[in-house]
Amino acid sequence: MTEPLLKINDLEIVYSQNRKVVHAVNGVSLQLEKGKTLGLVGETGAGKTTIAKAIMRILPDPPARILRGEILFENEDLLKKSESEMGDVRGEKIAMIFQDPMTALNPLMTVGDQILEVIKLHTDCSRQEGMKKAGEMLETVGIPAERYVEYPHQFSGGMKQRVVIAMALACNPELILADEPTTALDVTIQAQVLDLINALKEKYNTAMILITHDLGVVAQTCDEVAVIYAGQIVEYGKKEEIFMHPLHPYTLGLFASLPEMSIGKKRLKPIDGMPPDPTVVAEGCPFRPRCPYAMEKCGQSVENREIAPNHFCRCIWEGRKSE
Amino acid sequence: MGRYILKRCLWMIIIVISAAIVAFTLMYLMPGDPARLLLGTQATEEYIAAKRHELGIDLPYIIQLKNYLVDTFLHFDLGTSWVFRTPVQKELAVRLPRTLFIGLSGMALNVIIGTLLGIFAAVHEGKWQDSLTMVIAMVFISCPDFFVAMILVLVFSLKLGLLPPYGIDSMQSYILPIISTALAGIAINARQARSSMLEVIRADFVTTARAKGQKEGVIVRRHMFPNAMMPIITGVSGGLAMLIGGSPVIESIFSIPGVGAYLLVGIQQRDQPIVRSCIVFFAIFTSIVMLVMDLAYAVLDPRIKAQYSRKKGGK
Repeated sequence: MTEPLLKINDLEIVYSQNRKVVHAVNGVSLQLEKGKTLGLVGETGAGKTTIAKAIMRILPDPPARILRGEILFENEDLLKKSESEMGDVRGEKIAMIFQDPMTALNPLMTVGDQILEVIKLHTDCSRQEGMKKAGEMLETVGIPAERYVEYPHQFSGGMKQRVVIAMALACNPELILADEPTTALDVTIQAQVLDLINALKEKYNTAMILITHDLGVVAQTCDEVAVIYAGQIVEYGKKEEIFMHPLHPYTLGLFASLPEMSIGKKRLKPIDGMPPDPTVVAEGCPFRPRCPYAMEKCGQSVENREIAPNHFCRCIWEGRKSE
Repeated sequence: MGRYILKRCLWMIIIVISAAIVAFTLMYLMPGDPARLLLGTQATEEYIAAKRHELGIDLPYIIQLKNYLVDTFLHFDLGTSWVFRTPVQKELAVRLPRTLFIGLSGMALNVIIGTLLGIFAAVHEGKWQDSLTMVIAMVFISCPDFFVAMILVLVFSLKLGLLPPYGIDSMQSYILPIISTALAGIAINARQARSSMLEVIRADFVTTARAKGQKEGVIVRRHMFPNAMMPIITGVSGGLAMLIGGSPVIESIFSIPGVGAYLLVGIQQRDQPIVRSCIVFFAIFTSIVMLVMDLAYAVLDPRIKAQYSRKKGGK
């Protein structure tokens, strides 16, 4: 097996404010190989974005603090790097696509200059060459290069997201962190943007972590899936494995809550209850209060277990085998 | 854009004329007979009547108003001071540069220092640098400017003997007046700049810039500050009006023969030509400042510029 491009070990992140401590990420480990796509799936507040920002080291500190763990990127721990070393990683090796294109661009700069900014930071080129490259990047994402001089307010949401993508890809990064790249867009535009990201990812052979709560998007794009609940990975494995044989009750719940057109079901089947309060650290499985299969033993802490080859699940429930 | 400026200039004229009418009316309604005030209690009734006729205040209100407006805005004649018997125009020409010099330098100081302090505080949000700056700012906001001015005179002129306490004999005499006009403004500006910086400091595009690998200093200069500018500019224009409004106080403390001191004398003596002219000057000055500020928005923000152009296209 080749060395993974990114390997996260036992990452724990808290937000502390006014003596309240929010446990956002509790011991997450995952890895990603070159050119592969990993989907991070979970509810709002599950810690997905926090993980991505931790990889970039752009978590606001304070209030966020990384308590333990390591983030190995090309075998170097990003958490040990100095701020100036991180400057060479951000934008050049790891780039990020943000959730809301409406606010992710500086309203007072032309879109071209915003792409130019990242090019100038990471390559030694003259302004002219950089501008030419930025124009080419715009063309790559399907925007005419003449629109270089226009401002973000002159673009629609989908177009802005294309600009953000062009910015992320401008320096040919090894890894892209896409934080819900289509959530803020119209459904019709979502597919376009997703196709674009996929095509460019293939073209440049870039690895990607795709953060989403949309299982449809995962099905379309990812190689591997990690399901996150309350800051923990509860199920992790190949996409096919997880889609064909979901094991964790939470994953089962996610699939059950998808709308189905065919069978004439009238109502959606939601997962009852609310995510746990992240300020309280409870013993045992955090999904227990909402889990239909919860039993007494769930009160003890649970480890991630390899249930099938390359398919990990943090649950002790055995009932599924007999189903 | 050109058309927008033209439109704004027309509005400016309307505003200035309205200010003139209001000033005139208020002076007209003021109790007390100016002629009697000028001549003293010993004057005979005939003498007072003659004076009233000479000043033109025996005419009906509407005729007086008409005469005043025609003289001021068509003949550009501001009249003659009733007390000093000198043309107001000449007097203003001498006094204007002094007031403008103090006002504009004070503004420059408070914009530059205030904004820098605000940025400094915002970047160190929650740390001791932030608290210290804000406490000092609070102190200066709470202190009336004449009080600050007197303290400054006490320390720098009387105790240390560094700067002249009054007059306009040398350029040094302007230092204390400028500082005392600017201090409160600096404090207000610093608070404004801090809060508008804090608004953009967590903006998504700032995170984007960080994700590009941009250095923190460049992020502040290129991404945060320009986006924090708008509220700062608004604050400045308000502050400037205050600054000019405060000129009578500062000018009397430092015995500076400027427009503010002139206005004060005019009010005390019911010298209508002086008061009216000074108020028209303040109105013109304030509307020019507002226009410049609005144009500054357009220059800084392409979205506002687009709005102005669209209005032009629509008409």
